[in-house]
Amino acid sequence: MGRYFRRKLLIYILTFFIAVTLDWCIPRFMPGNPIDILISRAGLRGSAVQTMYDYYTGVFGLDLPIWQQYLNFWGALFKGDLGISIYLFPTPVTEVIMKAVPYDLALLIPSILLSWIVGNNFGAFAARSKRLDNTLLPFSYILSATPYMWLGIVLAWAFCIVFRIFPLAGGYSFAMRPNLSFAFIWSLISHWVLPFLSLFIVQVGGWAIGMRNMIIYELESDYSHYLKALGAPNNLIRRYAFNNALLPQITGLALKLGEVVAGALATEVVFAYPGIGYLILQAIHNEDYFLLQGCFLFIIVGVLAANFLIDIVYLLVDPRMRAGMQGETA
Amino acid sequence: MTEQKKKNEILFFALRNYKLRMGVSVLLFFILLTFFGPLMTPYEPDEFVTSGAFPPSSQFWLGTTTFGEDVFTQVVYGLRATFIVGIVGGGIGMLIGLIVGFIAGYWGGVVDEILNMFTNIILVIPTLAVLLIIAAYLKVRGVFVESLFIGFTCWPWVARAVRAQTFSLRSRDFVDMARISGVNPMKIIFSEIAPNMMSYLLLVFILQFGGAILTAATLDFIGLGPTNTISLGVMMNMAVLWSALILGSWWWFIPPGLVITALVGALYITNVGLDEVFNPKLREM
Repeated sequence: MGRYFRRKLLIYILTFFIAVTLDWCIPRFMPGNPIDILISRAGLRGSAVQTMYDYYTGVFGLDLPIWQQYLNFWGALFKGDLGISIYLFPTPVTEVIMKAVPYDLALLIPSILLSWIVGNNFGAFAARSKRLDNTLLPFSYILSATPYMWLGIVLAWAFCIVFRIFPLAGGYSFAMRPNLSFAFIWSLISHWVLPFLSLFIVQVGGWAIGMRNMIIYELESDYSHYLKALGAPNNLIRRYAFNNALLPQITGLALKLGEVVAGALATEVVFAYPGIGYLILQAIHNEDYFLLQGCFLFIIVGVLAANFLIDIVYLLVDPRMRAGMQGETA
Repeated sequence: MTEQKKKNEILFFALRNYKLRMGVSVLLFFILLTFFGPLMTPYEPDEFVTSGAFPPSSQFWLGTTTFGEDVFTQVVYGLRATFIVGIVGGGIGMLIGLIVGFIAGYWGGVVDEILNMFTNIILVIPTLAVLLIIAAYLKVRGVFVESLFIGFTCWPWVARAVRAQTFSLRSRDFVDMARISGVNPMKIIFSEIAPNMMSYLLLVFILQFGGAILTAATLDFIGLGPTNTISLGVMMNMAVLWSALILGSWWWFIPPGLVITALVGALYITNVGLDEVFNPKLREM
């Protein structure tokens, strides 16, 4: 168990290191110069260009040797300093992102957990029943092939424009200021329903398929055959199969996180939902590279943290891991 | 003789499998549309053919955008970009994954430890976040560059799968036999191990193909897609950006997403069908 944790931790630390390095490298080694962009935005002329160029180079520390820049980047990072947002000048990037994070969590956590539970149960139910397998499973495959944002667009069009049940854009009504009234909370909820649904529906398909395949695999294994030979009722065999199939699905949860986060980003763009995805869109349109890089780091840290959490859950759930036997290595 | 018999058997199950038939038919339809679609339309994807958004009609099969571009033309040309991303992006991912997976699985030991750790690291980093930040710094983006980057980030899945398969095959007798007779490792991998997992590799490639298409669609939709051509994701991006939702021009945003869903869904269903054909255990139901 100690070995398992050490390996995992090592991987997460290395991943974080590589992510930060990437975040630092990309703006410096990509074609094009962010400072030129800043200057062209200011619309300067003549000698002012050179003055501003020198000024910015100094401010961002780009005149330092490259290793010094790299170390400074890490230093600033540990102080929680990700720079100043250009789009929401002069708010620090960290503050901008912090305001967006609750919206992301409100979408991601319920959609991931609920879809996992519903999908797994549905998949287990459909496995090996010929009619369900041949009708609902192709449907699940189509669901999991649906781009998140397109489902979002379709839902938005159907429920906001055609039926006018839910509001189209924003995290809460534009006519309100955040407060603790019932009306405001209702507004929050009604803006949340559709982005949540589009994430939920696509994920359910994936989990159902995964579970169905796992159950079929488990029902073919020796212990199932043995139970059947002993004359155990079908329900009992299925329950054992379900428990065994759940473990890989927990691992699958960790592996799918990146994809779900990507889906959430795109869904937020559809609904102008004020999470990180929407921030990224604004950052791209306003060429706000500090904000973009901040969002990148934040997503990575979030995904790593979630992965670690899932590892702990896995440890708690899998009896083999609890007993200190070698489970799935890293 | 037995080889011939086995082939016939696979063909027999392939033709009988309705999932496979369905998936392949849809795929064929889209492939034909990609090749012959541009011949069926008199317009160019960025040509302003009328003034404003009109619903589908006999002249404009799928209607027109707010700018007066023909949606059908855009879908057909966008499909081309989609296939390029799938083949190039999925292909590169497949290639890198194969190399990493074979090396890690065949040599094992320290090489495997290092490669496996590297694979796991790339696997944890959300692909889209990396692609976002790379694409944002590129002023001019083409479909090929996009596919290249997608390929470079989507290989860990393949590497894991190939590694596991190689691992289980490398201790089989026939591989040991080859090793003892002094066949060089490259030859063992390509003539002893790889042929035994061909069917598996085909399945993996199909999933890679679909995955690359979905990733590209998301990237395009966020506004970091190709700047010089149309793609299905870019169409959806434009539709949302220019308020197709509020204006109710459903014919602008429904078709591109529907095409992606149908295409990737068909890939997945083909995958299941093939799996059933190759794997007798799944067949007997």
